Amino acid sequence: MISEVQPSDLFNTDADRTTADQSRRAAVRKALGNYKNARGKSESAFASWSHARDAAATIKYEGVNHLDKYLREFEEKFTARGGKVFWASTSAQAREYVINLARERSVKSIVKSKAMTSEEIHLNEALEKEGYGVVESDLGEFIQQLLHEPPYHFVFPCMHLKREEISSLFERELGSPKTDSPEELTMIARRFMRRHYIAADMGISGANFIVAETGMISITENEGNARLTTALPKIHVALIGIEKIVPKLADLALLLPMLATAGTGQHLTCYNSMYGGPRQPGEIDGPEEFHVVLLDNHRTRLLADPEQRDALHCIRCGACLNVCPIFKNIGGHAYGTTYQGPIGSVITPHLRGLQDWKHLSGASSLCGACTEACPVKIDIHHHLLHNRRNAAEERKIWWERLIWFGYVELMKRPWAFKLALRLAPLGQRFHSLVLGTPFDPVGRWTKTRDFPEASPQSFHDYWQNRKAEAQ
Amino acid sequence: MSGDREQLLARVTEALRVPAPRHHEVSAQPRKPSVTAPFREWLPPVGDSIDAQIDLFAKQSDILKTEFCVCASLAVAAEHLSRLAQEHDWKRLALHRGELTDAIALKLSPALQLLPVDAGYEKDDLETADAGLTECESLVAQTGSVCVTSLSSGGRALSVLPPHHLVIARRGQLLPDLAAAYEDLAIKYASGYPSFISLISGPSRTGDIERILVLGAHGPKKLTVLLVP
Repeated sequence: MISEVQPSDLFNTDADRTTADQSRRAAVRKALGNYKNARGKSESAFASWSHARDAAATIKYEGVNHLDKYLREFEEKFTARGGKVFWASTSAQAREYVINLARERSVKSIVKSKAMTSEEIHLNEALEKEGYGVVESDLGEFIQQLLHEPPYHFVFPCMHLKREEISSLFERELGSPKTDSPEELTMIARRFMRRHYIAADMGISGANFIVAETGMISITENEGNARLTTALPKIHVALIGIEKIVPKLADLALLLPMLATAGTGQHLTCYNSMYGGPRQPGEIDGPEEFHVVLLDNHRTRLLADPEQRDALHCIRCGACLNVCPIFKNIGGHAYGTTYQGPIGSVITPHLRGLQDWKHLSGASSLCGACTEACPVKIDIHHHLLHNRRNAAEERKIWWERLIWFGYVELMKRPWAFKLALRLAPLGQRFHSLVLGTPFDPVGRWTKTRDFPEASPQSFHDYWQNRKAEAQ
Repeated sequence: MSGDREQLLARVTEALRVPAPRHHEVSAQPRKPSVTAPFREWLPPVGDSIDAQIDLFAKQSDILKTEFCVCASLAVAAEHLSRLAQEHDWKRLALHRGELTDAIALKLSPALQLLPVDAGYEKDDLETADAGLTECESLVAQTGSVCVTSLSSGGRALSVLPPHHLVIARRGQLLPDLAAAYEDLAIKYASGYPSFISLISGPSRTGDIERILVLGAHGPKKLTVLLVP
């Protein structure tokens, strides 16, 4: 993943390209329109959605702000039921653990349900490099895997694709007949995947919550692929970010319906499953081994920033993407991150470096729709401002400082300010010489907008003249 | 081998030295606080009477495309099941041993081959069964959900691998809300939870292609809930 191109340059060119793709944008808008209606209905079923948000934020605050205590509690309970916990500081450690496990157990085939953590650490590529085949079982992820493309949206991985494109993809990769029916396309994937569930000896999953009190992980899904992935293979490995913690099992009675409402507009997602260990004595089936990999990968860096710590409350519902005017226009891939949209723009600079990813904080209109949509009340749009401030403080840009210095000096002297106003219309005549060329100092603005003409008369002068006339 | 346990936990403890500000109200205390679920009052409301709860479960089932059938007796439930078997030309029904499933099984036509999973099963056999019949822990009126566990419902695969999942439950198993379902589990399994708990809300589904709803993505294409007295 080492590239010579700066992430910010890549972002600029990608965003330009995707914003010009009108038909793709129309498809995304249509999908998100349906979401908006469904979410509104589901939200209004709550006795009080706003109180529920406070209650959910209270639960996540408690969990994240006592993370050490609750992670220990989880480990103790989970281990007592025969589960194994691996603590991974880095993505490399997490990858190595899974690869070594596959090697030691002579694993032949791996089936995987949706796990954004695995995208984050590029687990599939690592396993494939070692010769292990991995099949993504979530329909959207499976389509993205066949396309060799990362997910477009961390909840709706292939929301940008049209059925014709999926049909051609299946025709090419699976040899299935052409169809324009989403149902038939789903059945093609279903038939293909069934063999893999039965043959696989390792199932890899993510998780939506870690429950400290009972030593369980909780997985939310609609398709049943995660249930099959965790029921049939003899080894289950779950890859989870440490921030997924909740203190009590009953907390899920609030968080599961909120996740569904904010995520997809459902009252409850089809399957919400809690796993507390491998197959226990007296049980009919289930894996012989259950490994949980707790992943840090710089989450503790974000944790150490009290101002933005609440960004770790995120339950990855994707609501902030669904309402974001920037996401709707540039789409998911332009971000170049595992976690797209407003929340991704907040956390990526912490996970992957502030200077390389600070440009994402500018990819916002600061309208606050994300903050309003967030079920756990993360102050998303203010965190974008915090990232801008932190980036500027950490590495000061000389020409920006020079401009501000000049500005301050100008503003301190009324005569200089007046002179500048008089000279502005004169100076603007020369602007047309560079307009549209790379030498235009405000080229980023004038590329898509007109530059307003400076008035020959300042407001101050206008006011004085008016007063004089009135007398 | 547990990896970077000590270093990771030390980093967490160090990171938490400075407390974080709250962006939410903690004063929002409900009028009727509950020990396990202090937030219960903010969730979608549920009627108090059992009839109101049955109505709500029926309404939610309708939205979820679950077939929900209130049966006057076990015999009626068995008839309903036999009718389904005939309509869809079922050859094999997978099921687990239990008070309700045993009682139903006795009333089914001998032509329908039964595949009990209790002593283990071949994955291929279960995959090719026409339907899976299970009991459950509880039904949740608030969300139209069926709560299953590996102990109450024949393990992990029986309720997800066959293309049609049938659930048989008693009226007394219908609970008002999710909080009640978790309380019920906490009481039953005070000495140790089953390794698998799932809240099933409708047949398997996906909206991954153009956000259009398709039933039967990877799990059951149909879900039938039979409620007996």
